[in-house]
Amino acid sequence: MPATRPLHLAVDIGGPPHYEARHYTALAQLAERGTLDFVTLGDSFARPGLDALAVLARVAPATERIGLVPAVTTTHTEPFHVSSAVATLDWVSRGRAGWSLEVSTTEAEAALFGRRPAAPAADLWHEAREVADVAARLWDSWEDGAEIRDEPTGRFIDRDKLHYVDFVGSTFSVRGPAIVPRPPQGHPVTVIDATAPEPRAAAVRHADVALVRAGDPAAARALREELRDRARAHGRDPERLRVLVQLPVALHTTADAVALAGLIGDWYEQGAAEGFQLRPAEPERDLALLVDGTVPVLQHRGLMRRFYPGATLREHLGLSRAANQYAQAGSPS
Amino acid sequence: MTKQMHLAAHFPGVNNTTVWADPRSRSQIDFSSFVHLARAAERGRFDFFFLAEGLRLREHKGRIHDLDVVGRPESLTVLGALAAVTEHLGLAATVNATFNEPYELARRFASLDHLSGGRAAWNVVTSFDAFTGENFRRGGYLDRADRYTRAAEFVATARELWDSWTPEGTPCPFAHQGQHFSISGEFTVPRSPQGYPVVIQAGDSGEGREFAASTADIVFTRHGTLEAGREFYADVKSRLAAYGRRPEDLKIMPGVTVVLGDTDAEAQEKAADIRRRQISPQNAIVALEQIWGRDLSAYDPDGPLPDIDPDPDSELVKGRVKVGDPFTVAAKWRALSEAKGLSIRQTVIETSGRQSFIGTPASVAAQLTEFVAADAADGFILVPHLTPGGLDDFVDQVVPLLQERGAFRTEYSGPTLRSHLGLPTPVRKG
Repeated sequence: MPATRPLHLAVDIGGPPHYEARHYTALAQLAERGTLDFVTLGDSFARPGLDALAVLARVAPATERIGLVPAVTTTHTEPFHVSSAVATLDWVSRGRAGWSLEVSTTEAEAALFGRRPAAPAADLWHEAREVADVAARLWDSWEDGAEIRDEPTGRFIDRDKLHYVDFVGSTFSVRGPAIVPRPPQGHPVTVIDATAPEPRAAAVRHADVALVRAGDPAAARALREELRDRARAHGRDPERLRVLVQLPVALHTTADAVALAGLIGDWYEQGAAEGFQLRPAEPERDLALLVDGTVPVLQHRGLMRRFYPGATLREHLGLSRAANQYAQAGSPS
Repeated sequence: MTKQMHLAAHFPGVNNTTVWADPRSRSQIDFSSFVHLARAAERGRFDFFFLAEGLRLREHKGRIHDLDVVGRPESLTVLGALAAVTEHLGLAATVNATFNEPYELARRFASLDHLSGGRAAWNVVTSFDAFTGENFRRGGYLDRADRYTRAAEFVATARELWDSWTPEGTPCPFAHQGQHFSISGEFTVPRSPQGYPVVIQAGDSGEGREFAASTADIVFTRHGTLEAGREFYADVKSRLAAYGRRPEDLKIMPGVTVVLGDTDAEAQEKAADIRRRQISPQNAIVALEQIWGRDLSAYDPDGPLPDIDPDPDSELVKGRVKVGDPFTVAAKWRALSEAKGLSIRQTVIETSGRQSFIGTPASVAAQLTEFVAADAADGFILVPHLTPGGLDDFVDQVVPLLQERGAFRTEYSGPTLRSHLGLPTPVRKG
């Protein structure tokens, strides 16, 4: 892979839970100083921690460029609410939102809701695919330019540019349209951890960013090819799928940070990965060394940008704004 | 000492009170509009900022209603972001108890309370209609009669979750068995700064009043005359003792609109102009169709009222609350139109209700203070008609006068919304 596209770097700012905003704000600001593409924050009903989407909404006005990708679970939540919340994160961050789809497989999580029994991962990921599908439909259910404010006719919107989605899935249905106008990116960025087979099947259909695990560059390259081939088989342009390798990191010294830069740069130049999602053992410690030690080396090698040329997460990732599936051919989308 | 009032600001709504055609009107969805209004409210030392909720776009004659503002962000997410650009202002979200589950919603509100340092509030609303249900997993499953029992059990369950961590920060298992919810496990969030986020209840029915008396910290009510306000206030406050609560434990805050002018006459003129702008010719016909339940698009808004009768079984309007018996309303409108020689549009404007407080800043400050001193309200929720500048004049011109009168705070006395409202931190039930 020619190194014409910048290397994409994301970092997870999870770790032991904190219950105050400033912890997460400081980490996201640090990652932004390092011009990383986005931060991720995990979430689960099964362990202590704040609602990740709420945390990153709180972080949004305290940052300017970095992408914000909370985990969002689809098993016990309402697809309509999920779609609205992710769209709203995109509005409050002015186009920097993503979401990382996850499912809730345990009996313990099912008991917190008391609505449905635990189900096999395959069923839940089938449902998660439907949630990704309906979310995209809801985001498209308002065409761009639907708000017209036409005084002579007294109309605030052109309702011909609003669309019912009439989605009927295996476990839910949604009539639409969305309550939230189309978000700034069209579609906030969909991230899926494609390690296990069930989420991988979702990723090749719906992900803008797929996360994979690989022990060496050859394995990473093979996974990337597999994902691209399968995306193509689903009628997608593989150039619109970014595959990032998950990398657990624990940085204790500047030497560790420089060594990490060496590894990242080598994998990237060998065409094994378009980028990495780093998963620090201790976010506060590791992220400081990453930004001050690893990033400058990668910038010096010409693999990483020194500033954000774009404003939205899609722009950081080199992904164009999503086309609208309901817009008439020829009309602006 | 003068009784202190509480003030809140509502984001201009998805209805015809918001004048989108005004040249000063800006985006209803850009975050900058929310920041502008919230910062104005905080500059005015308001208690809280209030967002409504939408779960289905309104329809009229089987099509999406297009004459008013349409679309809004999801409130909890916007308020989480506003917590970053404000320091003291309470942050209130309207969230439906019918199309949510206690565990997730309790967690989202506890998260907002932590992330804002104790400023979260929840306006608990209910719905039962299958129309809204079409966007949700369960559809229209709830009987109208069960709305409040579900809401009451929902809030009680949320409070069990909010109480479930020890003060030392250890999660304890919870188990709730009830008519509407049977859930168990561990909550993921420690007890939040306010203990419980503030609970707001809107609704003036007997059931609603009882729910408020048993459960709410604030009642969001309709504004009326001083006498009507005093009656409502006395009635709701008298219901508190039965639940072991003191009168001051529940604040009564009517939603109000304010129009200011340099003279009273100028203010009246501005108020009349705003009412005309709120009722466009097209909106006048829609307002008529909502009463008549018939397609009246062939009628001239500047002509007389239709002489046909309303259709009481009409399915014309979806996603709106029906107000009153259509025959009674139609008869009243006809009588008014005939007596004063009013056209359709003039009749709708005439019946749409005047703004609550109209006058110079000094006279509005005096009226607001009188309402509170007379126990017709504990404060007000202002509903501006312009986004995002609709609060600026009130904050700059009326708030200082209220402060001079000693009727409103000059500084926040504490960090949490409960401290602004003078509400105690709830005792943990372990």
